[in-house]
Amino acid sequence: MNASSDGATAQLTRKDFVSDQEVRWCPGCGDYAILAQIQKTLPSLGVPKENLVVISGIGCSSRFPYYVDTYGFHSIHGRAMTLASGLKCVNKDLSVWVITGDGDGLSIGGNHFLHTLRRNFDLNVVLFNNRIYGLTKGQASPTSEQGKVTKSTPMGAIDHPINPVRAAIAAEATWVGRALDNDTKHLPSMIETMAHHKGISFLEVFQNCNIFNNGAFLHFSDRKIRSEKMIYLQPGQPMLFGENRDKGIVLDGLKPRVATVGEGGVSLDDVLVYDASDPSLAYLVSSLDYPDFPVPVGVFLDIERETYEDLLEDQVEKAESKRGDMSLQDLVRGTNTWTVG
Amino acid sequence: MAQRDVQELKSVTIRFAGDSGDGMQLTGNRFTDTAALIGNDVATFPDYPAEIRAPAGSLPGVSGFQVQFSSRDIYTPGDAPDVLVAMNPAALQRNLKELVPGGALFVNEDAFTKSNLKLAGYEENPLEDGSLTDYRLFKVPMSTITLETVKPLGMGKKEGERCKNFFALGLLYFVYDRPLEPTMEWIEGKFGKSPDLVEANTAALKAGYNYGDTIEAFQTAYKVDKAQLAPGTYRSMNGNLATAYGMIVAAQKAGRPLFYGSYPITPASDILHELSRQRGFGVKTFQAEDEIAAMGSTIGAAFGGAIAVTGTSGPGVALKSEAIGLAIMAELPMVIVNVQRGGPSTGLPTKTEQADLFQAVLGRNGEAPLPVLASRSPDDCFDVAIEAVRMAVKYRTPVIMLSDGYIANGAEPWLVPDLDTIEPIEMDFLTREGLGDEPHLPYKRDEQTLARNWAIPGEPGLEHRVGGLEKDYLTGNVSYDPENHERMIQVRAEKVQRVAQDYGPLQVQGPDSGPLLILGWGSSYGAITSAGEFMREDGIPVANLSIRHLFPFHRELEATMRRYDKVLVPELNCGQLSHLLRAEYLIEVESLTKVRGLPFKVVEIIEKSKQLLSTEKAV
Ligand code: SF4
Repeated sequence: MNASSDGATAQLTRKDFVSDQEVRWCPGCGDYAILAQIQKTLPSLGVPKENLVVISGIGCSSRFPYYVDTYGFHSIHGRAMTLASGLKCVNKDLSVWVITGDGDGLSIGGNHFLHTLRRNFDLNVVLFNNRIYGLTKGQASPTSEQGKVTKSTPMGAIDHPINPVRAAIAAEATWVGRALDNDTKHLPSMIETMAHHKGISFLEVFQNCNIFNNGAFLHFSDRKIRSEKMIYLQPGQPMLFGENRDKGIVLDGLKPRVATVGEGGVSLDDVLVYDASDPSLAYLVSSLDYPDFPVPVGVFLDIERETYEDLLEDQVEKAESKRGDMSLQDLVRGTNTWTVG
Repeated sequence: MAQRDVQELKSVTIRFAGDSGDGMQLTGNRFTDTAALIGNDVATFPDYPAEIRAPAGSLPGVSGFQVQFSSRDIYTPGDAPDVLVAMNPAALQRNLKELVPGGALFVNEDAFTKSNLKLAGYEENPLEDGSLTDYRLFKVPMSTITLETVKPLGMGKKEGERCKNFFALGLLYFVYDRPLEPTMEWIEGKFGKSPDLVEANTAALKAGYNYGDTIEAFQTAYKVDKAQLAPGTYRSMNGNLATAYGMIVAAQKAGRPLFYGSYPITPASDILHELSRQRGFGVKTFQAEDEIAAMGSTIGAAFGGAIAVTGTSGPGVALKSEAIGLAIMAELPMVIVNVQRGGPSTGLPTKTEQADLFQAVLGRNGEAPLPVLASRSPDDCFDVAIEAVRMAVKYRTPVIMLSDGYIANGAEPWLVPDLDTIEPIEMDFLTREGLGDEPHLPYKRDEQTLARNWAIPGEPGLEHRVGGLEKDYLTGNVSYDPENHERMIQVRAEKVQRVAQDYGPLQVQGPDSGPLLILGWGSSYGAITSAGEFMREDGIPVANLSIRHLFPFHRELEATMRRYDKVLVPELNCGQLSHLLRAEYLIEVESLTKVRGLPFKVVEIIEKSKQLLSTEKAV
């Protein structure tokens, strides 16, 4: 670990990650909570401040880098992952965070989402999903529900929405998770876990845009009904939920259904045990959605695969040792020369 | 070998033409290397179809390779071939009109079958209907003899036929009195793993040579003497390879890794291919998912302090434009190589054009100037690549380097440079130590270059944010202040203007002033230079100048232009440089344009020059 001029990294606190820039999101926006949780978690990662980089695209969430006192890059719409990829190619020791949104990451940046995830760069991607375009003042986004009335969809959205977690699993990310913006216990644990994952980690955060899409998640995230309408995935644990933790997810073949333990001959042993190392199971569980199922949050997928930057470095090292003492002058001269005079 | 008459020639232009599958590019390249090895100056022009597998024998499937070899300095692959080698009727159909009257025509008569003739649109066989009497026609049963030659080696018909390009090559070597050895060595190196192919191709090559020796028709040997080239070690070099090497050398001179983010596109992909092979020199290539990602990754790599380069062609630059604007705003160094091709849209992917000058100079939203350089010849790409990197780093700006399909694929002898003579490139990263007690102001500028402070991630204590929103003049924080915006626009523009303080002198050839200056840029250099030299040899006092710096222009350019009565600007577009010159200097220039996907011929420039000179006198 590099020494930091600010002292040993162990002594870093939340304050070290607060920049001198005034935060300019709308009062009450879910972005504040996410910013606070990330600033709170960064000191515990053991990464020197100068090795942290936050890169974003365009959108409300993409103002994020200005508020974190690390190296940062507020890029252009949809392209944050491309900058992060290039940066990781040339300096794999950096801890790089990509902050994106549902429009930025899945619409205009959809292509980069697919390819950056499959390449497995060691990046931490946090997608703020508010199911709306906020910065451009309220158009439908790729995660807006079908039928949603917005400024650009006065008769209701026709598009079938993208489920970001499902798309990330399909793109073969190696760590995929989901959390709620105001879940003050669960969100930081997700941030910490994703930071320690080597390879791409993709976290979808349900984020409330109180101006253009207020309460978009309340039908399941309201604290009063949360335990009945949401399920916290825990590796190795049965998929239980409910006020009394007596409801569970049971598989009929490959079809999930909700059952109550102790009813209809269903015992605790019948409840599906979650396994985050199984991409097929993760994909299946990512289909669970309101209103038929509790909405899952937590770690969907956590597997290992070599990172792009390590494989690249590997090739460079192999090629360098194979080159031996051949100089650049030798290369430029080539083998097919002739002499004049 | 029988004693032959020897006829001395100054230069000869040969065009090899055949089906895409006939190996014409290979044949042309072998001939070129041999000519270069024995001391001729050479210049080549590969011309191949955009369709990878057009139907065999069809007109769209014709692939050509033109080479001029000479005992004097040459700058072009020749206006028109003196010799045409046509491997099938389609190749003849497509190329005959270019062959000079009285030129030599070698055809593979075996390929002139009914079906091939039909594919080429011939109703009668041109070899028999008397339509070729203007040329010295040599009908050679190339397929038959090649097959007979390789049959004893156990080669089948299909494989055997594929050796016929070496037969043709051997025959041309006999006619132009060239040695077979360099090609035989090359065959050994190329096919060494399959001895059958080495044997067969060598046999075909010799058979072609011997055929020439036995047939009386070829009893004159044509000799093209060595050219007077500057002493030193030479190799053959094409523009894309030179660009790749220039970038690797620049990165080494900067002591930083080279990052090349690119998406495959004709005719730039060979740069990606070459750099991908050079990981041994620390080169990190990244084949991105699209042009935009290639540009984004290049910006990310520049942010990280690497020598960051991306390469593409015009359509790719169009996609990259928004991100180039971001690079301008972030004031990070990187080079965007545009190997131009015929446009607009997909246009003519494999043909050459110089029509992306406006795009390079003007093609971004907002006030977004950046330096634009163009290479004028294959070997010049090496120097321009290094200059582009040096400029980008020194002034913290993206730089566009223009090349084009013609020089990207064309080859010429290259005097191998001594890399030790190339100056180092100073990255000049800001460090906490270097800053001392001063506060860190990410947009504070060097007084001389106006380059901003540049600290890279990993440097403790200098954490800061950059981005595409307008920046405060010193802190780099987001600023919507009207005066600040105007000031930033001006300082970015002024910074780009200052790159001109490092330009070398303008190199005018010919008289210092006079009736006519031929002014060009990019790959038109070859034809312009030859035109200038030929006219001066005939006592016509024209001068010629090829400019490397398209934006900003050289500070002496205006004064230089004003020393001539007329300025002729030939370019492969509809007059883009002419337009920029007029706009910049309110000066009248004559525009000579051509947009046919083909380079200028020397004669086209001479004719236009003479026409301008005669009206000059009439006035
Ligand atoms: S528009 Fe919505 S997402 Fe954007 S800052 Fe305001 S509340 Fe937050």
